[in-house]
Amino acid sequence: MPAELILTVAVQGILTGLVYGLMALGLSVIFGVVRVVNFAHGEMMTIASYAAIVAFGAWNIDPLVSMIPIAVLLFALGYAMQAVLINPFINRPEHSQFILLAAVAIIMVNGLLMIFGPDARNVLVDYALDSLEVGPLLIDKVRVITAVLAMAITAALFAFFKLSRTGKAIRACADNHMGALVVGLNVKRLYALTFGIGSAIVGAAGAMMTLLIDTTPNIGPVFTLQAFVIVIIGGLGSMPGALLGGVLIGLSEAMSGLFFAPSAKTMFGVAILILVLLFRPQGLLGRKA
Amino acid sequence: MIARLLHGVPKRALILLGLLLAFLLVAPLFVGNYILSVLILVLYFAYTGQAWNVMMGFAGQLSLGHSLYVGLGAYTAAALYVHFGIGPWAGVWIAIAISMAAGLVIGFLAFRFGIGGVYFALLTIAFAEFTRVGFDHFMWVNGSGGFFLPVTQYSVNDPLNLRGSPTMFYYILLTITVLAFIFCRWLLTGRIGYYWLAIREEPEAAQTLGINIFRYKMIAVAISSGMTALSGVFFAFYYNNLFPEQIFSMNRSIELILGPIIGGVGSLFGPILGAFVLTALAEALNDIMVALGYELPGVKLVFYGFCLLFVVMWLPNGIWPPLRKWLKLEDRS
Repeated sequence: MPAELILTVAVQGILTGLVYGLMALGLSVIFGVVRVVNFAHGEMMTIASYAAIVAFGAWNIDPLVSMIPIAVLLFALGYAMQAVLINPFINRPEHSQFILLAAVAIIMVNGLLMIFGPDARNVLVDYALDSLEVGPLLIDKVRVITAVLAMAITAALFAFFKLSRTGKAIRACADNHMGALVVGLNVKRLYALTFGIGSAIVGAAGAMMTLLIDTTPNIGPVFTLQAFVIVIIGGLGSMPGALLGGVLIGLSEAMSGLFFAPSAKTMFGVAILILVLLFRPQGLLGRKA
Repeated sequence: MIARLLHGVPKRALILLGLLLAFLLVAPLFVGNYILSVLILVLYFAYTGQAWNVMMGFAGQLSLGHSLYVGLGAYTAAALYVHFGIGPWAGVWIAIAISMAAGLVIGFLAFRFGIGGVYFALLTIAFAEFTRVGFDHFMWVNGSGGFFLPVTQYSVNDPLNLRGSPTMFYYILLTITVLAFIFCRWLLTGRIGYYWLAIREEPEAAQTLGINIFRYKMIAVAISSGMTALSGVFFAFYYNNLFPEQIFSMNRSIELILGPIIGGVGSLFGPILGAFVLTALAEALNDIMVALGYELPGVKLVFYGFCLLFVVMWLPNGIWPPLRKWLKLEDRS
């Protein structure tokens, strides 16, 4: 096998992985603060993807543009979900939270199925097939653009949590729930805000994803699992960790597709997950609890 | 032993249980094939839910990957039957052994490395997914193309080879479900049941009292995975076809645990009640859709999702605890 081919596939995998990482980042932010496992994460991403597909089909809006209103829309959805559904469940046992979000996920997947049917859809922008020549490598243009955007959004989020007052308040809730209550933070509102931010991120990722993969309602659960795998590999609550996990998964998918069968790709991701859980349960870049 | 099983159970509960059993025993004489197939589904979910309940409800370990044990049990028994002509009643022991071994490996890794809570649940999903994709490429059982058992005539009942009519399957499954119910009651009323209760509620306190947490969690996993394998064997011989995509899927794992969660986690009757409620609901919806001539895919599951949402919001412990109170059936032991 020529080295250029392997290298091209590897670079493409890494670039796709950065978008996976962005998608998983939303989950990481939510779990890191609210401590609720969002079992409807991939389904929320699929909703964003369909919004981008509709915007492109109806008004010819590029998903890279429509991702901004879509992120706002998903923020509202996430905020409402946390405020109405999840806040009353904060002190409930884990399996109870799980079934709540599993129910939401079932409704989302099948709601999309009712509206859009089971067929795969995609967005074909006029630069979809352009590629950049980097030395001997040929890299898809859309993958480069989406990967750069994914990193930019992550950097912006990082700045928000480090620098802004609200970001610091959210981190305070994550570090010490009781302490945050004592100093008078409105924890429930901050939780809803966090869930909204995590949802906005997955919304942006969902819009970008339409440029990279075909969308069907059933990819929702697949991406929920994918997000978990990435976040645990990288370290729950660690932002660079989510991107690193995404890159590793993107790379392993690309490589297993090249050397084995494309259908075996999830197996390698899950194998990495099992190894990480056993030997470094806090994740590659996570802090020890 | 019977005294121990019955200790503290109100007479009314025994009478109602007896009536339910009598109803289930005579039901095939009166109902048609369709209702019978629904009842088989109810019993299947009741039994599998009970098996899952041993791990989650009794010992407090949340498994979201129980389709792994169903699938391993189903594939083992089916492959032994098709490739070597080993009948299901011999194969079932090997199926149980393999599922238990898988459960023990996962349990050992998780409990030794201190993986708990959400992480444990995700580890169980990960193993189930890993196995699913593995079986997609496992050509000895025809990979993703599906593995088929020879279909036989429904008119000849051959219980020794689990070949025959739905009525035969129904009675075998009913027997298994009743035995599992008694077995679980026996577990719960014994020393091990109280150990599990302690581990579930307060693991550190349990350890301080000298309970070997690791060992009793492992026993829970072994019993649960072994019991689940049996429902896989039944699945294989009842449906005669196995696809990794279906039997190992995450959706299947979730489907299996909805019953006990809706019915009431940790209670003995919860999984049975949950199986009745959920299956009846699903079938009723199906009928309504058909009657309305409305065949939009997904409608049924959306409604299903909302029902689930409402139950979990307003009946946090499931349907059984409030229903038991209403029927005045509380355990007096």
